[in-house]
Formats: sequence, C-alpha cells, structure tokens
Amino acid sequence: MDLTVNIRKLKLKNPVMTASGTFGYGEEYSEFVDLSKLGAIVVKGLSLKPMEGNPSPRIYETPCGMLNAIGLQNIGVKEFLKTKLPYIRKFDTKLIANIFGNTIHEYVKLSRILDDAGVDGIELNVSCPNIKKGGIFFGTDKKMLQKLLSTVRANVRNAVLITKLSPNVSYIQEFAKIAEECGSDAVSLINTIPGMAIDIKTRRPRIANITGGLSGPAIKPIAVRMVYETFRAVKIPVIGMGGIMNSSDAIEFMLAGAAAVAVGTANFVNPSATIDIIKDIESFMAENNITDVKELRGAVKI
Amino acid sequence: MSKYIRAKITENTPVNKDHTLLGCESYRLVLSPDDIPQRSLPGQFYMIGTDSSYDPLLKRPFSIFRETSSAEGGELQFLYRIKGKGTKLLKEMRKGETVNVLGPLGNGYPMPDKNLTPVLIAGGIGIASLFPLAEKLSGNIHFLYGARTKNELLMLNELKGLVKKELIISTDDGSEGEKGTVVDVLNRFLTLNPQLSTLNLLYSCGPSPMLEAVSKFAAEKGIKCYISMEESMACGVGACLGCTVKTKKGYKRVCKEGPVFPSEEIVWT
Repeated sequence: MDLTVNIRKLKLKNPVMTASGTFGYGEEYSEFVDLSKLGAIVVKGLSLKPMEGNPSPRIYETPCGMLNAIGLQNIGVKEFLKTKLPYIRKFDTKLIANIFGNTIHEYVKLSRILDDAGVDGIELNVSCPNIKKGGIFFGTDKKMLQKLLSTVRANVRNAVLITKLSPNVSYIQEFAKIAEECGSDAVSLINTIPGMAIDIKTRRPRIANITGGLSGPAIKPIAVRMVYETFRAVKIPVIGMGGIMNSSDAIEFMLAGAAAVAVGTANFVNPSATIDIIKDIESFMAENNITDVKELRGAVKI
Repeated sequence: MSKYIRAKITENTPVNKDHTLLGCESYRLVLSPDDIPQRSLPGQFYMIGTDSSYDPLLKRPFSIFRETSSAEGGELQFLYRIKGKGTKLLKEMRKGETVNVLGPLGNGYPMPDKNLTPVLIAGGIGIASLFPLAEKLSGNIHFLYGARTKNELLMLNELKGLVKKELIISTDDGSEGEKGTVVDVLNRFLTLNPQLSTLNLLYSCGPSPMLEAVSKFAAEKGIKCYISMEESMACGVGACLGCTVKTKKGYKRVCKEGPVFPSEEIVWT
C-alpha cells in the first residue's frame, strides 16, 4: 500500500501533517505521538524576534469549534534554530516552518535563515486574522501578495515554498492562482475564519482581542468547498485543512482535491489524533482496495 | 509522563446536601482508568472529555482530588461543580460509561520545608486541589475554607478528620462558620496568632478575585504564597498557548508552567 505523497520535490511518507499553531514545536506532543510516523510537522508560526502574544482570555469554545486569538506568541527564529529544530531533526519526518512578518523584508529574511538551516518546507502565513500588521494584510490584497511571493520565491533555494491562504476573501482560487504564478510550490488552506462571541451578562467579548479565528469541525464544509474550488483552479498541490477530526474527514478533503491534509484543532481533542487518522486511512484503503492514496486526490464524482 | 487513556466511571454522584440549589451543584467523579498513569502530585490536573459529540468539543481540566492504587488497578477521583456545557454533560454520565482522560498535567504545589506549618486557603471548589496537598502533608497544616454559602462547602467531615491544626470555615452569607470572605478570615487568623506571622508559606486555590486578594495580602505581609490559577484550556499540554496568564516574566501557560505559580509573579489585570 502506497501512502506517500509529493508536495513538488518534497516526498512525505503519508499525507497527514500537523496544522501550524496546534502542535507547538512537536516536542509538546512527543509523549502521545511517535513523531516519526507523521507525514510532516508544521511548527507554530515563527517571527524574526520573539513575540509575546495577546492578553487573556485567548480562546473560547463555540458550538463544534473554538475561537482563538493567540497573537502569534512564539520564541523567535533564533531560539527555534538553537533548541527546537535539532529536537525535531531526531525524528524521521519532514519539517515545515510556518513564518510571518510585518514587512516583505522580514518574510525574506526569515525565509533565507530557515532555508539555509535546511528546513524541508516554508509555509508563508499570509492569513492570520489576529495581528494588526502583516499576516492577513498580505493574504487579502492581490497586489501585495504578488509582491511578497515573488520576492520570497527569489530568495528560497531548497525548501518547498507553501502559501497558506485566508478564507476571508470572495474567491480563494484567485489567490491560489497568484501563488502559483509567483512560483509557490503549493498552497495550504484554510486558515481560521474570523469570528466573535460576546458574554451577554458582562456584555464583553469572550476573548480579549475582541475577534478571533474560528476552527474545528464547525468550519469543515467551508474548507472542503474551498479546497475543491482551489484544486480545480491550480496545478500546484493543495494542502487541505479545517476541522479534520478523523480519517473520514481527511479522505473527504483528499477527494475534494487535497494532496495532503493538516490536522489542527483535533490535536487538542485527542493528542494522538494524527496517528489515529493515518492508521484509519490505511484501513479505509485496505477495505476499499485502494493501493495508492494518490488515487483519492480530486476523485470526487461530480 | 502523562498519558491519554480511556477510563470507566465507577461513581458520579452529588456531594453537597441540596444539590438542586442553583449555582451550587457539585459532584464527585470516580474513574477507573484502563491503564495506570503516573502518580500525580497535589495540584496537578487531568483533562477529561467524551467522544460522543463535537459539542462540547474540548476536554475540561479538573484538579485531582484523590488517587488510589491497588493490585486491581488505580482509581482517580475528582470534584467538580456544574459550570457550563461540559460539566452539565459530564453529570449526566452514568456508572459504567467511559470518558477520555489526559494527564497528569501541570506542575503541582511545591512542597514546604519540613519545619513549616503552612496555611492552606481554599475557596469553593478550590478544595479539590488543596485537599490532596493537606493529605500529603499529613494534616500538619492550618486550613481556611470559605464559600459563598453553606451548601457550597464540600468534604467538611473529611477535612475535620484530616487537619491537625486550625480548621476555620467561613461563608460569605454566614450560613456556616465565620461570616465573611476567606481573606477576612486569613487576616483575623494571623492577627489572633501573631506567633504565626513568622510563618512564610500560604497555598491557595479558588476563584480568581479571591486569589488576587490572597496574593495582595501575602505581598503586604511579606509572606511567600503559591496560588493555583485557572484559565480556559484547549490542549492541556502546552501547545496551543491558549491558557496563558500574565506574569512579570511575560505570558506563562497555566497548563505547563502552572497551574501553580508563586503569587508575586502574577500581574493582575
């Protein structure tokens, strides 16, 4: 049975990766998950300098989902290279660094540092809804995205370049096309959907940042639809995510067109969700006489 | 080493006298896990959830109240108060049904020097986290326990049997023990026992306003104080950065660097 998939030149042992921000730097889950079994680990978003993040409360549970506004708290790329990268490198899995900056220059600097450090992939976060500058500012403006991606592309030699798209646009496939035209090796989608919740007794927002990003099973149908639309619009691989809780969800994303999938909020619900999903995809393939997981890609019958 | 395992419910019953009173409903949950996890420290917690539905989606953190182990297997005990969707669902679960548990998690209370007799200050359901500390210290502690009203005081008989020094009960409405908050009681207690003013250790768990008041009191008197904090949690293992509290050294995770913090570290907002 062949579970391998390719994100351009990057070969993954299986299509299951972790979604940035939900798996820390891998280490946090090492008691529950044999990290070597994962297709890839996508680490928490990195910036040039450490970031403190937003005030509390940062999360709030909503029906079948959760809002978060962590504010990209992270240790900074320097500390990542010193302590976290060597740890993950002990495992037989691919490492994808998720990055974000306030300016194009910062994205370029980060990409070069990480590319030189030998990460397997760089995922550009141009879609975080919870910071004021950068992030979603690049991901929702076509001209800005074009400028950012072509500049970063020219500076990354070895790592596979992935653009993480925002669902907060009218036609996500148009942004995927820009990513493709600017030389992005793949697109990943969707990031969280901006949302809000209010405590009716105190009349205050449930999270300190006022708004946050919605994730979990509540957003899955939106994500599946966007993966489907994007798959039909571009030739580069699509990495699908958004509310994947089990193998059926993962397979649904692959049928919609995902070459690989990322598991996010499910890690919080079940710390070994990724491993369960890989195992159950194998069982599904065995039961349905599927010898190559790539057969599922975009195989939805319309 | 923490584990993620399934556990069978062996008991899930109300623990206060009139559990139908609004806002006061509390339960004892006893679990028999499939696999015996590592023994916990007082102040550590478990995340508990079901996989019967996606709403509620996330597990909820609960302090470990008691832990037993025998040849047949271990048992984990929790006390919980009905607060929202998660605990409402949990109270409906019956003996023989299973839940998913993740733990033990967090740091737990640091142990005091042997020559000290610390004062433990619990508010409401905060008793669940401080009771195992009192047990571990063989009852050689002073215990101040307060709640809004009589019906919210739990495990009083067990406490009476355990605490070897002063045990002072208080309620905001005066329906049991002294009238007033535990912080009022703490103030009176130390004024009446000036010889204890040299004591240098407080432990506290309870609602956030109470912890803030205890922390301020400790700071004024120059007494070392450890408090157990609570925040909404998603992962419980330090990955999501959702449960942070503001400290003098930046944001720290309640699930990983906490839930127990030296009170002087916390920046109250």
